[in-house]
Amino acid sequence: MSLDSKIPSGPLEKKWDDYKSHIKLVNPANKRKYTVIVIGTGLAGGSASATLAELGYNVKTFCFQDSPRRAHSIAAQGGINAAKNYQNDGDSVYRLFYDTIKGGDFRAREANVYRLAQVSTNIIDQCVAQGVPFAREYGGHLDNRSFGGAQVSRTFYAKGQTGQQLLLGAYSALSRQIGLGNVKMYPRTEMLDLVVIDGHAKGVVIRDLVTGQVTVHSADAVVLASGGYGNVFYLSTNAKGSNVTATFRAYKKGAFFANPCYTQIHPTCIPVSGDHQSKLTLMSESLRNDGRIWVPKKQGDTRNPADIPESERDYYLERKYPSYGNLCPRDIASRSAKEVCDAGFGVGPGGQGVYLDFSSAINRLGEHTIAERYGNLFQMYEQITGENPYKVPMRIYPAVHYTMGGLWVDYNLMSNLPGLFVIGEANFSDHGANRLGASALMQGLADGYFVLPYTIGNYLAEVGFGKTPSTDHAEFKKAETDANTQLNKFLSIKGKRTVDSFHKELGKIMWNNCGMARTDKSLKEALVKIPEIREEFWKNVNVPGSGADLNQSLEKAGRVADFLEFGELLCLDALTREESCGGHFRSEHQMDDGEAKRDDEKFCHATAWEWKGVGAKPTEHREKLEFENIKLATRSYK
Amino acid sequence: MDLKLKVWRQKNAKEKGKIVNYDAKGISPDMSFLEMLDVVNEDLIVKGDDPIAFEHDCREGICGSCNIMINGEAHGPLPGVTTCQLHMRTFKDGDTIFLEPWRAKAFPVLKDLVVDRSGFDRIIQAGGFVSINTGGAPDANALPIPKKDADVAMDAATCIGCGACVASCKNASAMLFVSAKVSHLALLPQGQVEKKERVKNMVNAMDKEGFGNCTNQYECEAACPKDIKRDFIRVLNKEFILS
Repeated sequence: MSLDSKIPSGPLEKKWDDYKSHIKLVNPANKRKYTVIVIGTGLAGGSASATLAELGYNVKTFCFQDSPRRAHSIAAQGGINAAKNYQNDGDSVYRLFYDTIKGGDFRAREANVYRLAQVSTNIIDQCVAQGVPFAREYGGHLDNRSFGGAQVSRTFYAKGQTGQQLLLGAYSALSRQIGLGNVKMYPRTEMLDLVVIDGHAKGVVIRDLVTGQVTVHSADAVVLASGGYGNVFYLSTNAKGSNVTATFRAYKKGAFFANPCYTQIHPTCIPVSGDHQSKLTLMSESLRNDGRIWVPKKQGDTRNPADIPESERDYYLERKYPSYGNLCPRDIASRSAKEVCDAGFGVGPGGQGVYLDFSSAINRLGEHTIAERYGNLFQMYEQITGENPYKVPMRIYPAVHYTMGGLWVDYNLMSNLPGLFVIGEANFSDHGANRLGASALMQGLADGYFVLPYTIGNYLAEVGFGKTPSTDHAEFKKAETDANTQLNKFLSIKGKRTVDSFHKELGKIMWNNCGMARTDKSLKEALVKIPEIREEFWKNVNVPGSGADLNQSLEKAGRVADFLEFGELLCLDALTREESCGGHFRSEHQMDDGEAKRDDEKFCHATAWEWKGVGAKPTEHREKLEFENIKLATRSYK
Repeated sequence: MDLKLKVWRQKNAKEKGKIVNYDAKGISPDMSFLEMLDVVNEDLIVKGDDPIAFEHDCREGICGSCNIMINGEAHGPLPGVTTCQLHMRTFKDGDTIFLEPWRAKAFPVLKDLVVDRSGFDRIIQAGGFVSINTGGAPDANALPIPKKDADVAMDAATCIGCGACVASCKNASAMLFVSAKVSHLALLPQGQVEKKERVKNMVNAMDKEGFGNCTNQYECEAACPKDIKRDFIRVLNKEFILS
């Protein structure tokens, strides 16, 4: 099967406008005759649900949290990019587009990224109109700061709570539509399967997490906005509930999974403190604006950081990347931290940490200014570590943060299964092999507010109204039965090990064998071990309780079962991609100076995998990436 | 550290609950409170018992999911901290800790420490928004907002909707939560058009959900993990009177 990206023809800067002018429209009076299901209420799902309901469609929205306001987008701290050029520092749509393509190591689709940069300016307007309290200058205008991978200040922020404020904006728009009766909201529910009829996505199987009841819901189109899969590593900065289930089960129903090996490791997280650790906490990348990263020049130097004179400190990012310095992109900053720690220069317990030091910024700007910029982050750091970052440098280490892979989608954000749309982090489309800071929020809202509402209309107009299938259809019955069978299986195994113990075991293998650096050997080893863990899971997992009420172990069992299959796909993808790019670093493929070595001859494509059964090798499809406007070049931030 | 836990166990919304004793052994001071519960739950599952249900998600103090009354205090003893950001170094070896769900009629218990806070969502659905459709918004800088106003609006918007204010109030009042949202939008020019309707609709929705009234004891402010100030209740009252 060939992958048709459906990129409109014509010049890059005109594609989206031309496309919008020529798509099929649905008559306003007919919109209410269509039903759309949205899974997830983060920036992508929340904004999409609100906008589709405003347009007049019937919307059914599902989230697993107790309230749509708690989606994990809420935890994003630093900011959102937009090519407004309010600072008059040379920003433009083209420059944001270029930075994003380059940041993604030339593994993203030009047309999608250009559109993202174009609509970025509308996002800020929309959010301000909703009352999102962005930071302001004294003159009353919006303030901006810079983020990794960019040399202009294009990042809009609301203290260290940008994700929260943007999500509350989308949630308020969604709440308005729920109140008006245009969106039927189903909190505390989980999607267990996708229903495909005659090749089109037509519904979902849902479990009510409180009553345990499994129900089916039909629709004219299904939108997955269910986020990323970083929790396959067990320890990550993702919320504990973030999971791969919605996208993975759609994959098992025929949707292709693209570039799963693209995992972003974020450089500024609080280091692991022990085996009890349940998750990792991110310190916003914005800290790199004022914090300087260093390690002692002497290996194993255990002196108090204040006692180490300037001449004995290695500000390795400023040394290696003089023009970007501490603001180099995340993959580069992360790998550099790993290198210095692996070489024995790391600080803190176990030597798995580097200093992020604010002393020179505090001397220059005063503690008050630093507190105003990053106060809540400093407070959070002190809470977790018991150390005061105003007095001693923070200790940070890279951690799994975001996943650039996801279900394959075309320019319409539609997967290869007609009627299945995938938006935000759940799709693969905009970030290539590495995501620049402050771009995830941008993509979520771009997809939900400004892209999907157009593209889904085009699909629905083609399909026609009055065709919502009945839930009596055999495919619904089968999917419902399959979901119940799996739930009962979990409960009947009655083994000796907890679900979490399997998840931790899988996570260690993923991190050690397929983490910041991957090799042919480590990946092949993981591909032997993961099926072994999976086999034991299905024989020896212990899921207490019943399926007829709130059962958090049962919820986790389904998600971990999916991670145990998905982890294998991720490693296979990493093994197949014999090059280094962005967050995917194959140790065999590096330059003499340790930088990632891309292979554009062989790998300038997106890999989209087609499910062939548990343990069977999925079929590989390739979408060649065409670069018509940007010359492929080796990334340099020196 | 070894601790004794006294935990509220309640099978579901219909059955009666009771306090059950558990031992939490070998707890590291670096663990978060929820990680301590993870350890206890792993033990319970291995022993064939039902693990303690509790709500959590981001574990970074932002999503507002986690909610436990710890020794009678919402989110435990530290000011300005959610349960997920409370670390065990706050406690001493041998301590006895009571764990209970949020206590309010408008927050019915679903299981153990998990309560239903959907009343908050319904209050927002009644008016906690600016009615702007997507697309067509004017340029963001066309509406300058004094930094001081934007900063105070931001302070109000910091509310994470965890419900600690309700749980700590003897009247189970949601005034701090509602006042934060009303103040956030009332302080910004975008919120002016619907100002009067908003406050009336939200206060009505709050009453309908069964939340009580404020009697100015400010336990809400003391318990709020995001330091939302009681001054916003004054703003709410003023807005309500003006409406």
